[in-house]
Amino acid sequence: MPTAMEIYKLLPKKNCGECKFPTCLAFAMQLANLKVALEACPYVSPEAKAALEESGAPPVRLVTFGAGESAAKTGDETQLFRHDKTFYHPTVLGLVLDCAQGLDKVRAGLDDVKGLVFERVGQQVRVDAVAVKQSVASADVFAEAAEAACSQALPVVLMSEDAKAMAGAAAKCKSRPLLYKATPANIDAMVEVAKSSGCPLVIGGAPNLDELGHLAEKAKKAGVQDIVLEPAASTAAELLQNMTTIRRAAIRKKHRPLGYPTIAVLGRSQSDQLRGALGVMKYSSIVLMDDLPREFVYPLMALRQNIFTDPQVPIQVKPGLYTVGEPTEKSPVMFTTNFSLTYFTVRADIEKSKMPAWLLVVDTEGQSVMTAFAAGKLTPESVAKAIETEKVKEKSKRNEIVIPGMVSRMSGKLNELTEMKVTVGSRESSGIPKMMRTLSQ
Amino acid sequence: MGFDGAKESFPGRIKDVTIGATAEQGGTRGKRVVVGGSNGLPFHKWESEMPHVPAVAMDVVDTERMVPDVLHGTLGALAKEPVEWARKCQEWGADMLVLKLASANPEEENRPVEACEALVKEVLKSVQLPLLVYGCGSEEKDAKLMEAVSNAGRGERLFLGLAEEKAYKSITAAAMANGHGVVAFSNLDINLAKQINILLLDFGMKPENILMDPLMAPLGMGLEYSYSVIERLRTGALVGDPVLQVPIICDCSCAWTVPEVLEEAPQKGPQLQRGVHWESITAEAAMVAGADIVILRHPETVAKVKAATAELRGGA
Repeated sequence: MPTAMEIYKLLPKKNCGECKFPTCLAFAMQLANLKVALEACPYVSPEAKAALEESGAPPVRLVTFGAGESAAKTGDETQLFRHDKTFYHPTVLGLVLDCAQGLDKVRAGLDDVKGLVFERVGQQVRVDAVAVKQSVASADVFAEAAEAACSQALPVVLMSEDAKAMAGAAAKCKSRPLLYKATPANIDAMVEVAKSSGCPLVIGGAPNLDELGHLAEKAKKAGVQDIVLEPAASTAAELLQNMTTIRRAAIRKKHRPLGYPTIAVLGRSQSDQLRGALGVMKYSSIVLMDDLPREFVYPLMALRQNIFTDPQVPIQVKPGLYTVGEPTEKSPVMFTTNFSLTYFTVRADIEKSKMPAWLLVVDTEGQSVMTAFAAGKLTPESVAKAIETEKVKEKSKRNEIVIPGMVSRMSGKLNELTEMKVTVGSRESSGIPKMMRTLSQ
Repeated sequence: MGFDGAKESFPGRIKDVTIGATAEQGGTRGKRVVVGGSNGLPFHKWESEMPHVPAVAMDVVDTERMVPDVLHGTLGALAKEPVEWARKCQEWGADMLVLKLASANPEEENRPVEACEALVKEVLKSVQLPLLVYGCGSEEKDAKLMEAVSNAGRGERLFLGLAEEKAYKSITAAAMANGHGVVAFSNLDINLAKQINILLLDFGMKPENILMDPLMAPLGMGLEYSYSVIERLRTGALVGDPVLQVPIICDCSCAWTVPEVLEEAPQKGPQLQRGVHWESITAEAAMVAGADIVILRHPETVAKVKAATAELRGGA
């Protein structure tokens, strides 16, 4: 964002007050803080408006493809490191379907992609796009495959370097596919297709990033706003260097020609899988692959979930009464907090004991035991309430609750509130297996 | 235009740390492994030096208890034969070994110090790789154990672990007595990681004898915390904090404790291959964030990770 003084220089300096601020400088300060919109000034010149919009645009443009709820959002990132704030738009993972294999295979591939949906830590994770590649197929087959893909609730990438075939395929799609791709050889014709269809366009095939930026500028001048960049990424080293350089140029230098989301189109080899994971970590907005076997795509999606987790918000598990093993009325009850790391650690340690147990997860807004206790989010009252809501006394008839050793101080009060026997457990989760063996059977 | 401005350089550099000693240095290892030495972000070869790619260590655990069922097909009888297991790791291409003496734990097998010491000697005799030796985590037992291990490995330039804020003196003293190094452990916190290094330095440990383990949480189990802690530790070192200019070691064998690896779940793909990907991606994330050594368990992961480092390093 420009500073208040930079904005002020572009304002009419009339101090008319019609924007509801006493002076143009005051208005500029509000603008710089994104508190008001430029439209509040009736006298701003079109030139100033264009200049301000340009400098106020996000460093990496937001580009959307697909339609409706399943539309894929890419770009609009503001950081190089997730710990500096967060990464906003998880890498879009897509499977490439080659039309050369025939329409039946493409249709079967579409079904495969729709089946790549998993439930992970309470979230639905999925392969979220499909790419239809013309390769050696005729323009008609390509168009038909495109139509089949676009009729699914999945964002689609159309892959052809033949502008005519691309125009035909794009005409069959109502769901705003991403067009892949314009190269130095076909850029003028592809830009026309993108303009007339209103679809976002991938620009690639440039020998270096300077040239890639030039091509993007050219497309932009010709009227295509929604651009995705494909830098060379034939090895992991090249992918890392180019993706990092593009992201840095956009964010640190506000270098507009490279201020777009990126795509990496990979194959099916072990090296491609490595680059796929690298792309998720290092700035690829879209990763397309020829093959997504379940044993690879599932951990890859776990990686995407991890990397794109907002570091400012702890990951939480749902509060409630969980079972470890197959507990009965005689099994012990323990509690912990709903910070996911705490929960998973405690759960794993109970499992190590090989004894079944009830695990009560108390809502602490995702804080760990000590943090929540210190912040008053884990109190005898909140634990007692959870015991009641989850009907713990009906599930286990021991009338006993094991509490984390770190919060032994709540024993008395908890006993008073619940009339349960309170047993102080180990201070560290790792002590749970040993502690469990000492519990009376 | 032009992106020279996009190159970044840092004033700091990670120290070179050498693990193992050959006959020349008074040991019996077949080779030494040097890690660290970089003055830029991981694999940023276009703007910085990375003299050594991350090294691959394999772990050997001296009790079957720590080997999950899914690995029985791979490790088989080796899980009962740590010496044989160690030999296999050498064949599988490991750069170094981490021998975990978990059976010494008084809460578990409670194997006597003498037996553990004998095992260390046997492994040193059977395998030429540089060796790291981890205790069982019981402070009292490890104090005696590490003293014995240190003596058993005199001259070999072992690295002993894990030195923690609450228990670092005896293990560090044991290491210093015979010119070994230590692995400084901290629990997913950049300040604690710095704190343990300061304690070790104040205790008299030389910085070139320290590796730091900031706790690698496996994929899907808090990996993002480790990823960011490691990135921050590495940038902290590069911008000039001398206390953090220590190579980072990440134990990625933790992938084999993740419930999503230990469950059959055919809809998530064949279990063993899923596990190998799980461990590989964990290791890749560790290296991209800044790890100088990754500890692995499965031989296929070793091959994958070695291919990855070669490709990331590029032709130069």
